Amino acid sequence: MYDFELMRPATLDEAIAALGDEDAQPLSGGQTLIPTLKNRLAMPSRLVSLSGIAELRGVTVEGDVMRIGGGTTHGAVAREAADRFPGLAGLAARIGDPAVRNRGTIGGSVANNDPSACYPAAAMATGATIVVQGAEGARDIAADDYFQGMFATALEEGEIVTGLRFPIPLASNYQKFEQPASRFPLVGVFVARYGDRVGVGVTGAAEDGVFRWAEAEEALAEEFSPRAVEALRLPAEGLIGDLHGTPEYRAHVARVMTARAVSAAG
Amino acid sequence: MKIDMTVNGRNVSGEVEGRTLLVEFLREGLGLTGTHVGCDTSQCGACVVHVDGAAVKACSIFAAECDGAQVATIEGQGNADGSLGAIQQAFQDYHGLQCGFCTPGMVMSAAALLKDNPKPSEAEVRDYLQGNLCRCTGYHNIVKAILAASGQEVAPVARVEA
Ligand SMILES: Cc1cc2nc3c(=O)[nH]c(=O)nc-3n(C[C@H](O)[C@H](O)[C@H](O)COP(=O)(O)OP(=O)(O)OC[C@H]3O[C@@H](n4cnc5c(N)ncnc54)[C@H](O)[C@@H]3O)c2cc1C
Ligand code: FES
Ligand code: FES
Repeated sequence: MYDFELMRPATLDEAIAALGDEDAQPLSGGQTLIPTLKNRLAMPSRLVSLSGIAELRGVTVEGDVMRIGGGTTHGAVAREAADRFPGLAGLAARIGDPAVRNRGTIGGSVANNDPSACYPAAAMATGATIVVQGAEGARDIAADDYFQGMFATALEEGEIVTGLRFPIPLASNYQKFEQPASRFPLVGVFVARYGDRVGVGVTGAAEDGVFRWAEAEEALAEEFSPRAVEALRLPAEGLIGDLHGTPEYRAHVARVMTARAVSAAG
Repeated sequence: MKIDMTVNGRNVSGEVEGRTLLVEFLREGLGLTGTHVGCDTSQCGACVVHVDGAAVKACSIFAAECDGAQVATIEGQGNADGSLGAIQQAFQDYHGLQCGFCTPGMVMSAAALLKDNPKPSEAEVRDYLQGNLCRCTGYHNIVKAILAASGQEVAPVARVEA
Protein backbone atom coordinates (compact mmCIF):
# COMPACT_ATOMS: atom_id res chain seq x y z
CA MET A 1 0.00 0.00 0.00
CA TYR A 2 1.23 3.51 -0.78
CA ASP A 3 1.14 5.83 2.18
CA PHE A 4 -1.68 8.34 2.63
CA GLU A 5 -3.15 10.59 5.23
CA LEU A 6 -6.20 9.10 6.99
CA MET A 7 -8.79 11.58 8.23
CA ARG A 8 -11.75 10.73 10.46
CA PRO A 9 -14.26 13.60 10.30
CA ALA A 10 -17.30 13.49 12.58
CA THR A 11 -19.68 15.39 10.28
CA LEU A 12 -20.68 15.30 6.62
CA ASP A 13 -19.65 18.94 6.12
CA GLU A 14 -16.15 18.25 7.39
CA ALA A 15 -15.91 15.19 5.15
CA ILE A 16 -16.95 17.16 2.07
CA ALA A 17 -14.41 19.87 2.89
CA ALA A 18 -11.68 17.25 3.37
CA LEU A 19 -12.55 15.69 0.00
CA GLY A 20 -11.92 19.04 -1.71
CA ASP A 21 -8.23 18.17 -1.72
CA GLU A 22 -6.98 16.76 -5.01
CA ASP A 23 -6.39 12.97 -4.84
CA ALA A 24 -8.56 12.64 -1.72
CA GLN A 25 -10.95 9.68 -1.69
CA PRO A 26 -13.73 8.56 0.66
CA LEU A 27 -13.24 5.39 2.72
CA SER A 28 -16.40 3.71 3.92
CA GLY A 29 -16.35 0.03 4.98
CA GLY A 30 -13.07 -0.53 3.17
CA GLN A 31 -14.14 -4.01 2.07
CA THR A 32 -13.43 -3.11 -1.55
CA LEU A 33 -11.08 -0.16 -1.18
CA ILE A 34 -8.55 -1.70 1.24
CA PRO A 35 -7.86 -4.72 -1.02
CA THR A 36 -7.58 -2.27 -3.94
CA LEU A 37 -5.03 -0.19 -2.03
CA LYS A 38 -3.05 -3.31 -1.12
CA ASN A 39 -2.80 -4.13 -4.82
CA ARG A 40 -1.59 -0.57 -5.44
CA LEU A 41 -4.46 -0.06 -7.87
CA ALA A 42 -5.29 3.26 -6.20
CA MET A 43 -2.96 5.97 -4.91
CA PRO A 44 -4.98 8.52 -2.94
CA SER A 45 -2.97 11.13 -1.02
CA ARG A 46 -5.73 11.31 1.56
CA LEU A 47 -8.49 8.96 2.67
CA VAL A 48 -11.51 10.49 4.32
CA SER A 49 -13.11 7.87 6.54
CA LEU A 50 -16.91 8.11 6.64
CA SER A 51 -17.34 5.53 9.39
CA GLY A 52 -17.39 8.09 12.22
CA ILE A 53 -20.23 10.15 10.69
CA ALA A 54 -23.43 9.29 12.57
CA GLU A 55 -25.69 11.27 10.19
CA LEU A 56 -24.77 8.88 7.35
CA ARG A 57 -26.12 5.83 9.17
CA GLY A 58 -29.61 4.50 9.66
CA VAL A 59 -32.80 3.16 8.09
CA THR A 60 -35.95 5.27 8.27
CA VAL A 61 -39.38 4.88 6.73
CA GLU A 62 -41.62 7.74 5.64
CA GLY A 63 -44.89 6.56 4.14
CA ASP A 64 -44.02 4.22 1.28
CA VAL A 65 -40.38 5.23 1.06
CA MET A 66 -37.43 3.71 2.88
CA ARG A 67 -34.38 5.93 3.28
CA ILE A 68 -31.06 4.28 4.02
CA GLY A 69 -28.01 6.36 4.93
CA GLY A 70 -24.94 5.78 2.75
CA GLY A 71 -22.85 4.71 5.75
CA THR A 72 -25.29 2.00 6.85
CA THR A 73 -23.64 -1.42 6.90
CA HIS A 74 -25.07 -4.41 5.07
CA GLY A 75 -25.60 -6.05 8.47
CA ALA A 76 -27.65 -3.09 9.72
CA VAL A 77 -29.78 -3.10 6.55
CA ALA A 78 -30.39 -6.84 6.99
CA ARG A 79 -31.71 -6.18 10.52
CA GLU A 80 -33.42 -2.81 10.18
CA ALA A 81 -35.14 -3.24 6.79
CA ALA A 82 -36.50 -6.70 7.63
CA ASP A 83 -39.98 -5.62 8.76
CA ARG A 84 -40.90 -3.17 6.03
CA PHE A 85 -38.78 -4.30 3.09
CA PRO A 86 -37.81 -7.97 3.53
CA GLY A 87 -36.66 -8.30 -0.09
CA LEU A 88 -33.92 -5.75 0.49
CA ALA A 89 -33.05 -7.12 3.93
CA GLY A 90 -32.66 -10.57 2.37
CA LEU A 91 -30.31 -9.18 -0.25
CA ALA A 92 -28.18 -7.46 2.39
CA ALA A 93 -28.09 -10.59 4.57
CA ARG A 94 -26.39 -12.55 1.80
CA ILE A 95 -23.66 -10.11 0.78
CA GLY A 96 -20.25 -11.68 1.43
CA ASP A 97 -20.03 -13.04 4.97
CA PRO A 98 -20.84 -11.74 8.48
CA ALA A 99 -17.52 -9.88 8.91
CA VAL A 100 -17.86 -8.20 5.50
CA ARG A 101 -21.44 -7.22 6.39
CA ASN A 102 -20.29 -5.65 9.65
CA ARG A 103 -18.08 -3.20 7.72
CA GLY A 104 -19.27 -2.89 4.11
CA THR A 105 -21.85 -0.19 3.41
CA ILE A 106 -24.62 0.48 0.92
CA GLY A 107 -23.04 3.81 -0.05
CA GLY A 108 -19.71 2.14 -0.77
CA SER A 109 -21.43 -0.54 -2.81
CA VAL A 110 -23.31 1.85 -5.09
CA ALA A 111 -20.33 4.26 -5.34
CA ASN A 112 -18.16 1.39 -6.48
CA ASN A 113 -20.78 -0.10 -8.87
CA ASP A 114 -19.03 -3.43 -9.28
CA PRO A 115 -20.72 -5.19 -12.22
CA SER A 116 -21.56 -8.03 -9.80
CA ALA A 117 -22.66 -5.96 -6.80
CA CYS A 118 -26.03 -6.84 -5.28
CA TYR A 119 -27.55 -3.46 -4.27
CA PRO A 120 -27.58 -1.97 -7.79
CA ALA A 121 -30.07 -4.70 -8.86
CA ALA A 122 -32.46 -3.59 -6.10
CA ALA A 123 -31.92 0.10 -6.83
CA MET A 124 -32.76 -0.43 -10.52
CA ALA A 125 -35.75 -2.70 -9.94
CA THR A 126 -37.34 -0.37 -7.39
CA GLY A 127 -36.52 2.86 -9.22
CA ALA A 128 -34.57 4.11 -6.20
CA THR A 129 -33.12 7.60 -5.88
CA ILE A 130 -29.43 7.96 -5.06
CA VAL A 131 -28.78 11.05 -2.95
CA VAL A 132 -25.31 12.54 -3.30
CA GLN A 133 -23.70 15.61 -1.78
CA GLY A 134 -20.57 17.60 -2.60
CA ALA A 135 -19.16 21.08 -2.25
CA GLU A 136 -21.82 22.33 -4.70
CA GLY A 137 -24.67 20.95 -2.58
CA ALA A 138 -26.92 17.90 -2.68
CA ARG A 139 -28.61 16.30 -5.67
CA ASP A 140 -30.99 13.42 -6.27
CA ILE A 141 -30.18 10.99 -9.08
CA ALA A 142 -32.59 8.37 -10.40
CA ALA A 143 -31.08 4.86 -10.45
CA ASP A 144 -31.59 4.66 -14.24
CA ASP A 145 -29.31 7.69 -14.67
CA TYR A 146 -26.91 6.91 -11.85
CA PHE A 147 -25.49 3.52 -12.92
CA GLN A 148 -23.46 4.12 -16.08
CA GLY A 149 -21.63 0.87 -16.79
CA MET A 150 -18.97 -1.25 -15.10
CA PHE A 151 -17.59 0.74 -12.12
CA ALA A 152 -19.02 3.94 -13.69
CA THR A 153 -21.62 6.17 -12.02
CA ALA A 154 -22.99 9.71 -12.17
CA LEU A 155 -21.00 10.54 -9.03
CA GLU A 156 -18.74 13.59 -9.50
CA GLU A 157 -15.30 14.04 -7.99
CA GLY A 158 -15.60 14.98 -4.32
CA GLU A 159 -19.24 13.86 -3.99
CA ILE A 160 -20.43 11.46 -1.31
CA VAL A 161 -23.36 9.05 -1.59
CA THR A 162 -25.29 10.20 1.49
CA GLY A 163 -28.20 7.83 1.06
CA LEU A 164 -30.70 5.97 -1.07
CA ARG A 165 -34.48 6.30 -1.15
CA PHE A 166 -36.35 3.15 -2.10
CA PRO A 167 -40.08 3.16 -2.95
CA ILE A 168 -41.18 0.17 -0.85
CA PRO A 169 -42.72 -2.50 -3.10
CA LEU A 170 -45.82 -4.56 -2.32
CA ALA A 171 -43.68 -7.67 -2.75
CA SER A 172 -40.07 -8.26 -3.70
CA ASN A 173 -37.30 -10.82 -3.70
CA TYR A 174 -33.64 -11.14 -4.63
CA GLN A 175 -32.20 -14.32 -6.06
CA LYS A 176 -28.44 -14.64 -6.06
CA PHE A 177 -26.74 -17.39 -8.03
CA GLU A 178 -23.41 -17.40 -6.24
CA GLN A 179 -20.02 -17.73 -7.84
CA PRO A 180 -18.78 -20.03 -5.08
CA ALA A 181 -15.19 -18.78 -4.83
CA SER A 182 -15.91 -15.05 -4.55
CA ARG A 183 -19.46 -15.39 -3.17
CA PHE A 184 -20.44 -12.48 -5.42
CA PRO A 185 -23.41 -13.20 -7.68
CA LEU A 186 -22.57 -14.82 -10.99
CA VAL A 187 -26.04 -13.54 -11.78
CA GLY A 188 -28.39 -11.81 -9.32
CA VAL A 189 -31.97 -10.74 -10.01
CA PHE A 190 -34.13 -8.41 -7.93
CA VAL A 191 -37.87 -8.40 -8.66
CA ALA A 192 -40.14 -5.71 -7.17
CA ARG A 193 -43.90 -5.59 -7.60
CA TYR A 194 -45.91 -2.36 -7.24
CA GLY A 195 -49.60 -1.63 -7.81
CA ASP A 196 -48.97 -0.36 -11.34
CA ARG A 197 -45.65 -1.87 -12.45
CA VAL A 198 -43.02 -4.53 -11.90
CA GLY A 199 -39.27 -3.85 -11.79
CA VAL A 200 -36.61 -6.42 -12.69
CA GLY A 201 -32.94 -5.55 -12.02
CA VAL A 202 -30.18 -7.89 -13.19
CA THR A 203 -26.61 -7.79 -11.87
CA GLY A 204 -23.51 -9.84 -12.59
CA ALA A 205 -24.59 -10.70 -16.11
CA ALA A 206 -23.78 -7.79 -18.41
CA GLU A 207 -20.59 -6.15 -19.63
CA ASP A 208 -22.21 -2.76 -19.03
CA GLY A 209 -23.13 -3.67 -15.46
CA VAL A 210 -26.55 -3.68 -13.87
CA PHE A 211 -29.61 -3.35 -16.15
CA ARG A 212 -33.39 -3.55 -16.12
CA TRP A 213 -34.89 -6.40 -18.09
CA ALA A 214 -37.71 -4.47 -19.73
CA GLU A 215 -39.33 -7.44 -21.48
CA ALA A 216 -39.68 -9.33 -18.21
CA GLU A 217 -41.03 -6.21 -16.48
CA GLU A 218 -43.80 -5.95 -19.09
CA ALA A 219 -44.65 -9.65 -19.03
CA LEU A 220 -44.78 -9.64 -15.22
CA ALA A 221 -46.93 -6.51 -15.11
CA GLU A 222 -49.47 -8.46 -17.22
CA GLU A 223 -49.23 -11.60 -15.14
CA PHE A 224 -47.11 -11.83 -11.99
CA SER A 225 -46.19 -15.50 -12.12
CA PRO A 226 -43.09 -17.57 -12.96
CA ARG A 227 -44.96 -18.79 -16.02
CA ALA A 228 -44.91 -15.31 -17.50
CA VAL A 229 -41.10 -15.43 -17.54
CA GLU A 230 -40.70 -18.95 -18.89
CA ALA A 231 -41.52 -18.02 -22.49
CA LEU A 232 -39.01 -15.13 -22.52
CA ARG A 233 -35.45 -15.26 -23.84
CA LEU A 234 -32.88 -12.74 -22.63
CA PRO A 235 -30.56 -12.00 -25.59
CA ALA A 236 -26.96 -13.09 -24.93
CA GLU A 237 -25.44 -10.07 -26.73
CA GLY A 238 -23.55 -7.85 -24.32
CA LEU A 239 -23.57 -10.43 -21.53
CA ILE A 240 -20.33 -11.47 -19.82
CA GLY A 241 -18.48 -14.55 -21.04
CA ASP A 242 -15.64 -15.83 -18.86
CA LEU A 243 -14.35 -19.06 -17.35
CA HIS A 244 -17.38 -19.21 -15.05
CA GLY A 245 -19.94 -19.17 -17.84
CA THR A 246 -20.77 -18.17 -21.40
CA PRO A 247 -23.10 -15.26 -22.25
CA GLU A 248 -25.78 -17.82 -23.23
CA TYR A 249 -25.41 -19.52 -19.84
CA ARG A 250 -25.77 -16.21 -18.00
CA ALA A 251 -28.86 -15.37 -20.06
CA HIS A 252 -30.39 -18.69 -19.05
CA VAL A 253 -29.49 -18.24 -15.36
CA ALA A 254 -30.96 -14.73 -15.38
CA ARG A 255 -34.29 -16.08 -16.61
CA VAL A 256 -34.33 -18.88 -14.05
CA MET A 257 -33.41 -16.46 -11.23
CA THR A 258 -36.16 -14.08 -12.35
CA ALA A 259 -38.74 -16.86 -12.23
CA ARG A 260 -37.51 -17.94 -8.78
CA ALA A 261 -37.63 -14.39 -7.49
CA VAL A 262 -41.23 -14.08 -8.71
CA SER A 263 -42.21 -17.32 -6.94
CA ALA A 264 -40.49 -16.30 -3.75
CA ALA A 265 -41.94 -12.76 -3.78
CA GLY A 266 -45.44 -14.22 -4.13
CA MET B 1 -0.53 9.41 14.50
CA LYS B 2 -1.15 8.21 18.03
CA ILE B 3 -4.08 5.91 18.74
CA ASP B 4 -5.60 4.47 21.91
CA MET B 5 -7.84 1.45 22.20
CA THR B 6 -8.83 -1.28 24.60
CA VAL B 7 -7.59 -4.73 23.62
CA ASN B 8 -8.97 -7.64 25.63
CA GLY B 9 -9.86 -5.20 28.41
CA ARG B 10 -6.42 -3.60 28.58
CA ASN B 11 -5.81 0.02 27.55
CA VAL B 12 -3.14 0.25 24.90
CA SER B 13 -1.77 3.03 22.75
CA GLY B 14 0.68 3.26 19.89
CA GLU B 15 1.98 5.21 16.94
CA VAL B 16 0.57 4.17 13.54
CA GLU B 17 0.56 5.37 9.93
CA GLY B 18 -2.72 5.93 8.10
CA ARG B 19 -2.13 2.70 6.18
CA THR B 20 -1.37 0.54 9.24
CA LEU B 21 -3.92 -2.29 9.31
CA LEU B 22 -5.45 -3.34 12.61
CA VAL B 23 -3.88 -6.78 12.21
CA GLU B 24 -0.43 -5.20 11.83
CA PHE B 25 -0.95 -3.08 14.91
CA LEU B 26 -2.04 -6.13 16.92
CA ARG B 27 0.74 -8.43 15.74
CA GLU B 28 3.67 -6.09 15.25
CA GLY B 29 2.72 -3.22 17.54
CA LEU B 30 1.35 -5.20 20.49
CA GLY B 31 2.97 -8.60 19.91
CA LEU B 32 -0.45 -10.30 19.87
CA THR B 33 0.40 -12.83 17.18
CA GLY B 34 -2.61 -15.05 17.82
CA THR B 35 -4.53 -13.19 15.12
CA HIS B 36 -3.34 -14.73 11.85
CA VAL B 37 -3.01 -13.40 8.32
CA GLY B 38 -4.04 -16.16 5.96
CA CYS B 39 -4.74 -14.36 2.72
CA ASP B 40 -4.52 -10.61 3.26
CA THR B 41 -7.23 -10.31 0.57
CA SER B 42 -10.33 -10.44 2.86
CA GLN B 43 -11.24 -13.97 1.85
CA CYS B 44 -10.11 -16.39 4.57
CA GLY B 45 -11.21 -15.01 7.95
CA ALA B 46 -8.07 -16.15 9.82
CA CYS B 47 -7.75 -12.54 11.03
CA VAL B 48 -11.25 -12.16 12.52
CA VAL B 49 -11.35 -10.10 15.73
CA HIS B 50 -14.17 -8.17 17.39
CA VAL B 51 -14.32 -4.39 17.20
CA ASP B 52 -16.94 -2.95 19.53
CA GLY B 53 -18.50 -6.39 19.69
CA ALA B 54 -18.74 -6.99 15.94
CA ALA B 55 -16.70 -9.61 14.07
CA VAL B 56 -14.46 -7.93 11.49
CA LYS B 57 -11.51 -8.94 9.36
CA ALA B 58 -8.51 -7.26 10.96
CA CYS B 59 -6.71 -7.28 7.60
CA SER B 60 -9.45 -5.08 6.14
CA ILE B 61 -9.70 -2.25 8.65
CA PHE B 62 -7.15 0.41 9.50
CA ALA B 63 -5.83 0.60 13.04
CA ALA B 64 -6.62 4.31 13.17
CA GLU B 65 -10.29 3.54 12.51
CA CYS B 66 -10.27 1.61 15.79
CA ASP B 67 -9.05 4.60 17.79
CA GLY B 68 -11.16 4.56 20.95
CA ALA B 69 -12.67 1.13 20.19
CA GLN B 70 -12.97 -2.02 22.28
CA VAL B 71 -11.07 -4.77 20.48
CA ALA B 72 -11.21 -8.46 21.40
CA THR B 73 -8.76 -11.03 20.03
CA ILE B 74 -8.12 -14.73 20.47
CA GLU B 75 -5.72 -13.94 23.33
CA GLY B 76 -8.72 -12.81 25.36
CA GLN B 77 -10.68 -16.03 24.86
CA GLY B 78 -8.94 -18.02 27.58
CA ASN B 79 -10.14 -18.06 31.17
CA ALA B 80 -8.48 -15.86 33.79
CA ASP B 81 -6.64 -18.87 35.25
CA GLY B 82 -5.00 -19.58 31.90
CA SER B 83 -7.20 -22.55 31.01
CA LEU B 84 -8.98 -22.72 27.66
CA GLY B 85 -12.28 -20.87 27.19
CA ALA B 86 -15.41 -22.89 26.44
CA ILE B 87 -15.18 -22.53 22.66
CA GLN B 88 -11.45 -23.25 22.63
CA GLN B 89 -11.98 -26.32 24.81
CA ALA B 90 -14.72 -27.58 22.49
CA PHE B 91 -12.38 -27.20 19.50
CA GLN B 92 -9.88 -29.39 21.35
CA ASP B 93 -12.48 -31.95 22.48
CA TYR B 94 -14.09 -32.30 19.06
CA HIS B 95 -10.88 -32.17 17.05
CA GLY B 96 -11.93 -28.89 15.44
CA LEU B 97 -8.41 -28.09 14.31
CA GLN B 98 -5.51 -29.71 12.58
CA CYS B 99 -2.78 -27.24 11.60
CA GLY B 100 -4.54 -24.56 13.65
CA PHE B 101 -3.91 -21.69 11.26
CA CYS B 102 -7.60 -20.88 10.75
CA THR B 103 -8.50 -21.54 14.39
CA PRO B 104 -8.18 -18.03 15.90
CA GLY B 105 -10.57 -16.67 13.28
CA MET B 106 -12.90 -19.65 13.65
CA VAL B 107 -13.06 -19.20 17.43
CA MET B 108 -13.66 -15.45 17.16
CA SER B 109 -16.40 -15.96 14.54
CA ALA B 110 -17.96 -18.64 16.73
CA ALA B 111 -17.87 -16.29 19.73
CA ALA B 112 -19.63 -13.58 17.70
CA LEU B 113 -22.27 -16.04 16.53
CA LEU B 114 -22.99 -17.45 19.99
CA LYS B 115 -23.29 -13.96 21.45
CA ASP B 116 -26.19 -13.19 19.06
CA ASN B 117 -27.57 -16.68 18.74
CA PRO B 118 -26.77 -18.81 21.82
CA LYS B 119 -28.29 -22.04 20.41
CA PRO B 120 -27.71 -22.01 16.65
CA SER B 121 -28.77 -24.85 14.37
CA GLU B 122 -26.13 -26.67 12.36
CA ALA B 123 -27.24 -24.79 9.24
CA GLU B 124 -26.88 -21.46 11.05
CA VAL B 125 -23.35 -22.35 12.16
CA ARG B 126 -22.34 -23.31 8.63
CA ASP B 127 -23.91 -20.17 7.23
CA TYR B 128 -22.11 -17.97 9.75
CA LEU B 129 -18.74 -19.51 8.87
CA GLN B 130 -19.02 -18.58 5.18
CA GLY B 131 -16.12 -16.18 5.50
CA ASN B 132 -13.83 -18.52 7.45
CA LEU B 133 -11.83 -20.92 5.32
CA CYS B 134 -10.16 -24.05 6.67
CA ARG B 135 -7.86 -26.05 4.46
CA CYS B 136 -7.48 -29.02 6.82
CA THR B 137 -10.51 -30.19 8.71
CA GLY B 138 -13.30 -30.32 6.16
CA TYR B 139 -15.34 -28.21 8.61
CA HIS B 140 -17.44 -31.01 10.15
CA ASN B 141 -15.59 -31.04 13.45
CA ILE B 142 -15.46 -27.26 13.59
CA VAL B 143 -19.25 -27.18 13.29
CA LYS B 144 -19.56 -29.91 15.92
CA ALA B 145 -17.26 -28.02 18.28
CA ILE B 146 -19.30 -24.85 17.99
CA LEU B 147 -22.57 -26.71 18.55
CA ALA B 148 -21.03 -28.42 21.58
CA ALA B 149 -19.74 -25.08 22.91
CA SER B 150 -23.32 -23.80 22.73
CA GLY B 151 -24.31 -26.59 25.11
CA GLN B 152 -26.11 -28.69 22.51
CA GLU B 153 -25.81 -32.45 22.19
CA VAL B 154 -23.52 -33.57 19.37
CA ALA B 155 -22.21 -36.99 18.48
CA PRO B 156 -18.73 -37.46 19.89
CA VAL B 157 -15.83 -37.83 17.48
CA ALA B 158 -15.20 -41.43 16.49
CA ARG B 159 -12.82 -43.13 18.89
CA VAL B 160 -10.35 -45.68 17.61
CA GLU B 161 -10.30 -48.77 19.84
CA ALA B 162 -6.80 -49.55 21.05
C1 LIG C 1 -15.25 -11.54 0.71
C2 LIG C 1 -16.14 -10.48 0.13
C3 LIG C 1 -17.35 -10.84 -0.43
C4 LIG C 1 -18.20 -9.89 -0.97
N1 LIG C 1 -19.39 -10.30 -1.51
C5 LIG C 1 -20.22 -9.38 -2.05
C6 LIG C 1 -21.47 -9.76 -2.60
O1 LIG C 1 -21.85 -10.92 -2.61
N2 LIG C 1 -22.26 -8.79 -3.13
C7 LIG C 1 -21.90 -7.48 -3.12
O2 LIG C 1 -22.66 -6.65 -3.58
N3 LIG C 1 -20.74 -7.08 -2.59
C8 LIG C 1 -19.88 -7.99 -2.06
N4 LIG C 1 -18.69 -7.58 -1.52
C9 LIG C 1 -18.34 -6.14 -1.56
C10 LIG C 1 -18.85 -5.44 -0.32
O3 LIG C 1 -20.25 -5.35 -0.41
C11 LIG C 1 -18.28 -4.04 -0.14
O4 LIG C 1 -18.62 -3.69 1.16
C12 LIG C 1 -18.81 -2.95 -1.04
O5 LIG C 1 -18.66 -3.25 -2.40
C13 LIG C 1 -18.06 -1.65 -0.85
O6 LIG C 1 -18.55 -1.02 0.29
P1 LIG C 1 -17.57 -0.42 1.37
O7 LIG C 1 -18.41 0.33 2.31
O8 LIG C 1 -16.71 -1.49 1.90
O9 LIG C 1 -16.74 0.63 0.49
P2 LIG C 1 -15.19 0.96 0.40
O10 LIG C 1 -14.42 -0.27 0.11
O11 LIG C 1 -14.78 1.78 1.55
O12 LIG C 1 -15.20 1.90 -0.88
C14 LIG C 1 -15.46 1.42 -2.19
C15 LIG C 1 -15.35 2.58 -3.19
O13 LIG C 1 -16.42 3.49 -3.04
C16 LIG C 1 -15.98 4.78 -2.63
N5 LIG C 1 -16.94 5.18 -1.60
C17 LIG C 1 -17.23 4.48 -0.46
N6 LIG C 1 -18.27 5.06 0.18
C18 LIG C 1 -18.64 6.13 -0.56
C19 LIG C 1 -19.67 7.10 -0.42
N7 LIG C 1 -20.54 7.06 0.61
N8 LIG C 1 -19.76 8.04 -1.36
C20 LIG C 1 -18.91 8.07 -2.43
N9 LIG C 1 -17.94 7.17 -2.62
C21 LIG C 1 -17.79 6.21 -1.69
C22 LIG C 1 -14.56 4.60 -2.18
O14 LIG C 1 -13.79 5.76 -2.38
C23 LIG C 1 -14.09 3.43 -3.03
O15 LIG C 1 -13.73 3.89 -4.30
C24 LIG C 1 -17.82 -8.51 -0.96
C25 LIG C 1 -16.61 -8.14 -0.40
C26 LIG C 1 -15.77 -9.10 0.15
C27 LIG C 1 -14.48 -8.66 0.75
S1 FES D 1 -6.15 -12.52 6.41
FE1 FES D 1 -7.91 -11.32 6.68
S2 FES D 1 -9.40 -12.43 5.62
FE2 FES D 1 -7.62 -13.59 5.22
S1 FES E 1 -6.96 -26.40 10.78
FE1 FES E 1 -5.59 -26.01 9.17
S2 FES E 1 -6.60 -24.43 8.09
FE2 FES E 1 -8.06 -25.01 9.53
